[in-house]
Amino acid sequence: MASIDEIKEISTRIKRDIIQLTSANTGHPGGAIGAADIIAELYFSRLRHDPSNPNWEDRDRFVLSNGHLCTALYSAMARSGYFELSELQTFRKIDSRLQGHPSKHDLPGLETSSGPLGQGLSIANGMALSNRLRNSDAKVYCLVGDGEIQEGQIWEAAMTSSHYNLDNLALIINWNDIQIDGHVKDVMNIEPIAEKFSAFGWNTIEIDGHNVREIKDAFDSFENHRGAPTAIVAKTVIGKGVSYMEHEPIWHGKAPSSDEAKQALDEIGPSRFGEDLIFQ
Amino acid sequence: MGKILSGREGFGQALLEMGSENEKIVALCADLAESVKVHFFAEKFPERYFQIGIAEQDMIGTAAGLALSGYIPFATTYAVFAANRANEQIRLAACYNQANVKIAVSHAGLTTGEDGATHQALEDIASMRAMPEMTVIVPADANEAYEATRASAELDGPVYLRLGRTPVPTVTKGYGKYKIGKARKVSDGKDVTLIACGIMVEKAIVASEMLAQEGINAAVVDMHTIKPIDEEMIIKQAEETGCIVTAEEHSIIGGLGGAVAEVVSENCPVPLVRVGTKDTFGESGPPEELLKKYGLTSENIVEAAKRAMSRKKVNV
Repeated sequence: MASIDEIKEISTRIKRDIIQLTSANTGHPGGAIGAADIIAELYFSRLRHDPSNPNWEDRDRFVLSNGHLCTALYSAMARSGYFELSELQTFRKIDSRLQGHPSKHDLPGLETSSGPLGQGLSIANGMALSNRLRNSDAKVYCLVGDGEIQEGQIWEAAMTSSHYNLDNLALIINWNDIQIDGHVKDVMNIEPIAEKFSAFGWNTIEIDGHNVREIKDAFDSFENHRGAPTAIVAKTVIGKGVSYMEHEPIWHGKAPSSDEAKQALDEIGPSRFGEDLIFQ
Repeated sequence: MGKILSGREGFGQALLEMGSENEKIVALCADLAESVKVHFFAEKFPERYFQIGIAEQDMIGTAAGLALSGYIPFATTYAVFAANRANEQIRLAACYNQANVKIAVSHAGLTTGEDGATHQALEDIASMRAMPEMTVIVPADANEAYEATRASAELDGPVYLRLGRTPVPTVTKGYGKYKIGKARKVSDGKDVTLIACGIMVEKAIVASEMLAQEGINAAVVDMHTIKPIDEEMIIKQAEETGCIVTAEEHSIIGGLGGAVAEVVSENCPVPLVRVGTKDTFGESGPPEELLKKYGLTSENIVEAAKRAMSRKKVNV
């Protein structure tokens, strides 16, 4: 299991990749940067997976329900060995396996296609039920956005996870209070989040989604909890570490210009994990 | 004509048998277990049966998750709640994922009867047919529903299996091995071809007998698979009989009639008349009375056949 410092270096690398990718190819930088710490911990410390054998039956699965955060996922997948780093530059281009939102049949290692919000938890439930049927101890992790839980299907699925006592399933809610039309609490308030999941019968944990110690402790707690699914409400900041992006709804789906990208990379700082991407 | 049974009964029987043969078969339901005849499976294989409650979107997603983990899920509900309510879940979680999800629906069409227009899916074939990756099957009777259910499990990919609610005479016994995508020729003819699916196959057979009494020799085709449609059969029949009638318990927009019209107009333009509902919702009533009111009887097929033949004479 990677140390806190190692995860921080990897997270910094993922954030740099997100800036480079979206600046060159468009996309959704803000939320992806905000979720980088969680995704770094998952792919480099938590998931039992084998990038050289993406269909391994007993792997842990990560379901990215809010598919627009895919730059963070593509970066983590490339950096952990699912595909060559050079392929990242094809993101959002024609003939690419790295679609603007994840396309499972194109890219081995993706557990599902996603993008249309609200669907991931149901799919994760199906996977968790499968693990139980097969008597596998593999776990399922699902990441959703906070605005995403405005979708009714999330609450249908939240009932199912709880009804079937899916303690092999963790849901992470990326609570950055940002959606396309503004702050979530203004567009359609979803709070209190943890209380809602508690009322639905979930084991609920609230953390600072940028504190790697708290992320690790939350996942440890999930792994040791029996009899109910776990919801981790992770308070995050959109564009964390990039001053002009933090807390700004515009950076949900806007790509940084080359000047903005340079400033962002300066502010995020260097990473001792891997090298910057080189675009041909 | 054979035994009177509903399509859903054939489905329930096949699912139960497959449960014993293949441990990868699982079933899901959205609070309609007995209605969709999945309760036989549920009683025998409780550990492989997932009641999801009144939550069809979640059911399709959960089924996709099971399929992406190697199981063969049959997700069951009424046609409107799958094709309409869970349309986007079917598109993303099942079709775009190329997930091996079988969506088995009952209570399709006017013969849903007294429950009325809200529950009578008349546009589901159209929307399911437009989905990339999707296979669409509309069995004629309980026997064919049984065969189609078993064949669906053997096909790797999403399938929409449209079952009837109302018992209808069994007409497909002795047709030979069932194959998805291969239409079944019920009878040969030279004057007109009646291409039907679902409960309208039996009505087409009766219509062909009525036509025979007037000296008209009608071929009848059971087009149980709407997608991929059997183009070869349609083209052959268009060339042999020179005109076509389609008959379906569905809107004439986008269903069997639409699919056949596409093949005919691109390959072998001949007069075509579509029997089905005319861009309208249904209403409450006994099934047979509804079929009469909305123009889905053997008499309507006879009239359509004559219209198609008359245009053939004018045009040729």
